[in-house]
Amino acid sequence: MTKQVAYFPGCALEGSAREYDVSTRRVFAALGVELLEVPDWVCCGASSTHGRGQEVALALPAHALRAASQMGLPLMSPCAMCYSRFKLASLELAHPEARARTEAALGQDIGELPSVLHPLQVLDEIAPQATVPLDIKVASYYGCLLVRPPAAGFDDQENPTIMDRIVAGWGAQPVSWAFKTECCGAGMALARPDMVARLSRRVLEQARQAGAEVVVVACPMCQANLDLYTGEKDTPVLYITQLIGLALGLSPRELMLGRHLINPLPLLRAKGLVNHG
Amino acid sequence: MQSVIPTSGFRVEVERESGEVISRCYQCGKCTAGCPAAFAMDGGPRWLLRAVQLGMRSEALDSTTIWMCLFCSACHARCPAGIDIPRVLETVRHISLKERRPPASKEVALFHRIFLGQVAGLGRVHELGLGGTYNLRSGHPLANIGLVPRMLARRKLPLLPYRKKVRWFKRLLSEEKKSGD
Amino acid sequence: MVKVGVFLCHCGRNISEVVDVPRVAEAVRHLPGVTYVDENKYMCSEPGQAAIRQAITEHGLTRVVVASCSPRMHEITFRRAAAQAGLNPYLVEMANLREHCSWVHADDHEAATLKAIELVKKAVARISYNEPLTPQPIPMTRRALVIGGGIAGIQAALDIAAAGHQVTLVERESTIGGRMAQLDKTFPTLDCSSCILTPKMVEVAQNPNIELLTYSEVESVSGFVGSFEVQIRKRATLVDHVKCTGCGICWEKCPEKVPSEFDLARGKRSSIYIPFPQAVPVKPVVDQVHCRYIKYQEFEASGAEGKKPPQCRICEKLCPPQALAWDQEDEAVTEKFGAIVVATGYDPFDPTVYGEFGYGQYPDVITGLELERLLSASGPTEGHVLRPSDGTPPKTVVFLSCIGSRDEERGKAYCSQICCMYMAKHAIVLKEHDPEVQSYIFYIDNRAVGKGYEEFSRRAQEDAGAVYLRGRVAKVFPQDGKLVVMGEDSLIGRQVEIAADMVVLAAAVVPSRGADEVARMLNISYDSDHFLVEAHPKLRPVETHTDGVFLAGACVSPCDVPQSVSRGSAAAAKTLALLSKETLVGEPTTAVVDALRCSGCQLCLEVCPFNAISTQVVAGRTVASVNEGLCKGCGLCSAVCRPAAIGVKGSTHKQLLAEVASLWT
Repeated sequence: MTKQVAYFPGCALEGSAREYDVSTRRVFAALGVELLEVPDWVCCGASSTHGRGQEVALALPAHALRAASQMGLPLMSPCAMCYSRFKLASLELAHPEARARTEAALGQDIGELPSVLHPLQVLDEIAPQATVPLDIKVASYYGCLLVRPPAAGFDDQENPTIMDRIVAGWGAQPVSWAFKTECCGAGMALARPDMVARLSRRVLEQARQAGAEVVVVACPMCQANLDLYTGEKDTPVLYITQLIGLALGLSPRELMLGRHLINPLPLLRAKGLVNHG
Repeated sequence: MQSVIPTSGFRVEVERESGEVISRCYQCGKCTAGCPAAFAMDGGPRWLLRAVQLGMRSEALDSTTIWMCLFCSACHARCPAGIDIPRVLETVRHISLKERRPPASKEVALFHRIFLGQVAGLGRVHELGLGGTYNLRSGHPLANIGLVPRMLARRKLPLLPYRKKVRWFKRLLSEEKKSGD
Repeated sequence: MVKVGVFLCHCGRNISEVVDVPRVAEAVRHLPGVTYVDENKYMCSEPGQAAIRQAITEHGLTRVVVASCSPRMHEITFRRAAAQAGLNPYLVEMANLREHCSWVHADDHEAATLKAIELVKKAVARISYNEPLTPQPIPMTRRALVIGGGIAGIQAALDIAAAGHQVTLVERESTIGGRMAQLDKTFPTLDCSSCILTPKMVEVAQNPNIELLTYSEVESVSGFVGSFEVQIRKRATLVDHVKCTGCGICWEKCPEKVPSEFDLARGKRSSIYIPFPQAVPVKPVVDQVHCRYIKYQEFEASGAEGKKPPQCRICEKLCPPQALAWDQEDEAVTEKFGAIVVATGYDPFDPTVYGEFGYGQYPDVITGLELERLLSASGPTEGHVLRPSDGTPPKTVVFLSCIGSRDEERGKAYCSQICCMYMAKHAIVLKEHDPEVQSYIFYIDNRAVGKGYEEFSRRAQEDAGAVYLRGRVAKVFPQDGKLVVMGEDSLIGRQVEIAADMVVLAAAVVPSRGADEVARMLNISYDSDHFLVEAHPKLRPVETHTDGVFLAGACVSPCDVPQSVSRGSAAAAKTLALLSKETLVGEPTTAVVDALRCSGCQLCLEVCPFNAISTQVVAGRTVASVNEGLCKGCGLCSAVCRPAAIGVKGSTHKQLLAEVASLWT
């Protein structure tokens, strides 16, 4: 049975995180989930609408929720920021007053609120079909927005396990570590690169001490901060869809593994997870 | 040191706008203890809640604390009183913006202004444009510059943006800005 | 024809400042039945009472209405005054002109006066239907039950026994001693806990007035004050405790070692065991989950194929008096008691809900109670404090307060009361064990409110050099072989990180597992945190709303050893007040069934909170029947009774209707 979702890639996945978009599309196609891209989607507003009042903060996510509602499908974004904005907005829009104000701002009815999903929740429901054994130690890095704030998160706030469960299902060995949900610095990369570097370095150092060979993430900000603001010799940081892609036998080129600053290919070759590219 | 004369007006104002009950905070400090951004803040989240409780309005509105918050919500998740602390910080930031006070972190305020400008003007964020504009206007033209050639080489920064104005959002932004007057 | 006397009280100025008392007197003077009206500044004073007595005698009053304060305050006073003048005390009614009138209507004197008139009219209308009532004597079983053998239960049992009464102490573990037996030292005097507790434990075992039932649990309770019938299950120990001499060969030689509950799994015990060397009684029990021979028997009984487990039975082979009793079974006994003391104690809060501290994940994150076991000379490390991870002595120890306390989101709203002091104690004792130890204590408010406690807390800082940091810790994580503690010192307003060798969590105090079940059996209440509820938090702190059931120790609220002992003695005093009587006087204001009217629907059985109603067959019909010993006269049965077959003596339907009707006349 083919499942369909309204797919919202988000701005980062059109740019610096295109490998997340591409690997997500390939993996979900292989797993029989059809991604129908939300037409003419607009940025979710990310963290920049904080402190601009409820109307500004709700309008952009409401725009995407309305589009998914018209498609009659659940709204899924691989970006943890987009996911979080949509999830929180859908909770706030359940209040008639907030909804009325937002619809007035949009000039349109939102319609029935769609459910909001993150790819991890979908992957957790699908039986793994690994063809390549993933003999590799993985630190699952959740960051903030998949587990917090409490209303929007979908796993334990301090020690989530959904990603560990998924990577273990696909044959990799999750390591237990303490920085699964520590912040990487989020959207401060331009304004305060020093903060991002400090926080991201600590996350990668903890993953290394826990014995991880790679870190997997499910958020473009997490990937960018850990990958760009640490060191090129650090532990490679892959998207979970890239790791699952390897287990499905997809090539490094198909998964765009060459785009990371911390080059994962030497390790993946040594581990026998890639043969070429 | 100037003495504080405690008043309740500011607390009531913040409680009304945020929907959070600030008097529930008993200053245990768990928020600041685990705040990843506290090192870059002047007071930190516990201090800010105290400032609100005591009615230290201008200190709160002009603090870096409200600008450095990463909205990671670690404080909210752990708060024994269940206070949505980022929501409180965001509310104080909103009041500060509405009053047109010079932001305590020009960088962060500028970044968000450019970001939302891009959303309104382009519909989506264009990373190269965002970084370039930010560097030019912040007076740090060389910030992050080392990353640019490496990112370009890996085609991580598309040169051309998506372009589709979002008029309703632009209108909403300017209305919100006017509401402070 | 009744002759009603109305006595109006000014209550100093409490009533008269608002209510126009002379006007009330005039208004009620000519009500039907009223033959005498008087006013007094203080009706409850001796001259006031004398006026009532005198009026009864001189004017031949047959009914008395006192219009003053709440009956909760002075009903007994005025009933006694009437009785002294030869009037049945249940022919006295009160109209509440203070709490129900002057205090709540202080801003409207006119309305208050009108209301006062109506309140008195109501009482006068009601009282003509009052009937003389006589209290029934309740027989008293002069024997007490104490549930729980911690320090509070031990103290209660010893005090009751010392007064010469029989007492049965029931404890579900195989030894008495409770939490105090697990402690190394006690604050603020640093007495060795065992050294001061063991003599009391031994005294319990030796006192001829005390029947000690360990490894036993209360299964059901019926009856009421004076004659509770309690069923107690004595679990099979598989050891004949009469034959057993407690020589110790069995538990020394038993090959099946399992984590010791007493040492909080920080040490091991055998499968036939006493929990700790000073246990009372010093008689072992067989752990039927882990014993090899039991497993063997189960395998045989299951008829399963394959390799048989070993028979073992080493204990049996080595036991000099041949005390092993493999076919022993649980035994249920039913005994009768006049009063019951509940002393079920506390459990530590489970800190695993706080994923950020890694309890259960990082071996060197332990609880305060676990540290007690590590400090104890009879503990798993024989008093040498060693890190569970690698067995090295910790040099930097960080204490985290309020783990589960003062946290409405993931823990409990209340303060656990004992933690601040035991953290100070740990800092002092650790320093005594090893001068190189540096303790850091994260606290929110340092609560040192007992005798000598503040001084003790200063000692931890000044003499033991403990560094107190005001703030709650956010997270503990391992790094480079240490545990990094992330906190804030909120006094200086800066984040603090400490690389610790060991982290000690001051876990909150929660009611002991099963305390709520005991409460349900005894028909006493527990609060939302499952602490048992006292009859009045200030003035009746060890009584409950069930007569004859008293509370002691931490089952009421978190408390330390001195407080547990006080509560134990207080509960014993209340118990002794009952046991000193041959019979008790029961309130006569109980429900009464008109069997002719009763339809047998049994709705009253469902609503009765005291299980006081049962059924009986009268002339071939099933009708309700009230046990006057259990009935508290609450009236719920009367309210639900559709044919109005149940009334409450002293508040009959006639009386109530007369009150209501008086408002329309």
